[in-house]
Amino acid sequence: MHVVFYISAAIAVAATLLMLRQLNAVHALIYLVISLLAVAVVFYTLGAPFAAALEVIIYAGAIMVLFVFVVMLLNLGQAAIRFERKLLGKGSWICPAVLAAILIAELTWLLIEGVGPMYPPMTIGPVEVGAALFGPYMIGVELASMLLLAGLVGAYHIGRRERSGPEPADVSEEAHK
Amino acid sequence: MTSPYPFAAIFGVLIVALTIAAGLIWLERRLLALFQDRYGPNRAGPFGLLQVLADMIKIFLKEDWIPPFADRTVFVLAPAVIVVAVLLSFAVLPIAPGIIVSDLNIGLLWVLAMSSLGVYSIVLGGWASDNKYSLLGAMRASAQMLSYEVFMGLSLMGVVLLAGSFDLVHIVEAQRHLWFVIPQFLGFVLFLIAGLAETRRIPFDLPEAESELIAGFHSEYSGMKFGMFFVGEYLGVVLISSLITVLFFGGWLGPLLPPLLWFFIKMFAFICFFILVRASLPRPRFDQLMAWAWKIMLPLALANLMVTGAVVLAWGK
Repeated sequence: MHVVFYISAAIAVAATLLMLRQLNAVHALIYLVISLLAVAVVFYTLGAPFAAALEVIIYAGAIMVLFVFVVMLLNLGQAAIRFERKLLGKGSWICPAVLAAILIAELTWLLIEGVGPMYPPMTIGPVEVGAALFGPYMIGVELASMLLLAGLVGAYHIGRRERSGPEPADVSEEAHK
Repeated sequence: MTSPYPFAAIFGVLIVALTIAAGLIWLERRLLALFQDRYGPNRAGPFGLLQVLADMIKIFLKEDWIPPFADRTVFVLAPAVIVVAVLLSFAVLPIAPGIIVSDLNIGLLWVLAMSSLGVYSIVLGGWASDNKYSLLGAMRASAQMLSYEVFMGLSLMGVVLLAGSFDLVHIVEAQRHLWFVIPQFLGFVLFLIAGLAETRRIPFDLPEAESELIAGFHSEYSGMKFGMFFVGEYLGVVLISSLITVLFFGGWLGPLLPPLLWFFIKMFAFICFFILVRASLPRPRFDQLMAWAWKIMLPLALANLMVTGAVVLAWGK
């Protein structure tokens, strides 16, 4: 399990880095999908098979497909790649690199200090996750569902077809007159 | 519990799944011919069975052309994704007691996860072809498969509630007294329709609708790369038929005959049903397809889940 964990963690990090420096949006999204799949394997090795499955179904299988869908709809092509190249100049890497370095330093320090066991003693299956979600974390679930409902209603409002002017059927009738 | 001979199980399932998928080339053409009152391929070998071999030789010898304007890497990668995703789903399928590659406790979720990854094959293949018909097909595929996946998962939750597990072996064992098709008839119908949509067969073949989009997402594909999409589709049919058998019709359970035989009898009945549907239904318009998914199927799946949940809660199962 240790070997699998480290290999998939390394793949996740490498894929994410490659995703960042891709100029083509669809290629970047493919790397992001690989990264998410690797994270799912990490979850599985850490004893959370349910979270791993949901990671694949929701993030890799649904949200990323929507991203690809939107990118395909826009179909930006060469102009976008040139723009991205300008955007990803040497200067733009400094700030994220510093922030990431601080995080890595913190992480290394925590690892050296050695806080708690890395692997939980048991696997957390669907039943445990469900019991926790609808037990102590009930309010969080309800709040998240309300937020999603608000998002849904908002999206419906924005996507609604404006019914200004006569209906197409009326136009044809007027043309006959 | 995993099978005692893991490699035997892996290769056995791989070989059987691929053989059935190849055999479907012949079965589908013969059955379609039967439904349309003609003979179908009947010259090569007994009953035309060697037609499969002839088709395979033909597809392997075809020129495997990559258009110069295509995105090479993604173009080559895309056809492999669907076959890999579908074959991985077979890993958790319990065929008979002890004949299973991996008895995962989240088996059903694994199948749903792999089927949701299969979309990438179609979408990326259509995008990488850099051809407007392919792109239109790919866009249709992503919208269709996202919409139908939502209630595909929901329609199965009734079965999960009744069995109390995502484990496919437990689900089969829970049907010892009553097949889930009876208490979960609505769930079964919903899953059947979602399964048809996931395999992108008529009446849900809008991504490749040949009368409007040439061949949709695989317009630019030839040779074995096209063959991979083709095999992926047939493997999908085998997978959905097996899943219906396992989830709603008691898997290997049945009187007198050995379990393995029962599984294959039920599975082939659904494969033939899939072919019958292809022979008899027309293709809907795209907006009809989407409205059908979101306005009828999704509310029905939610209602089914709520009622099943209430009944299970009331009877204190």
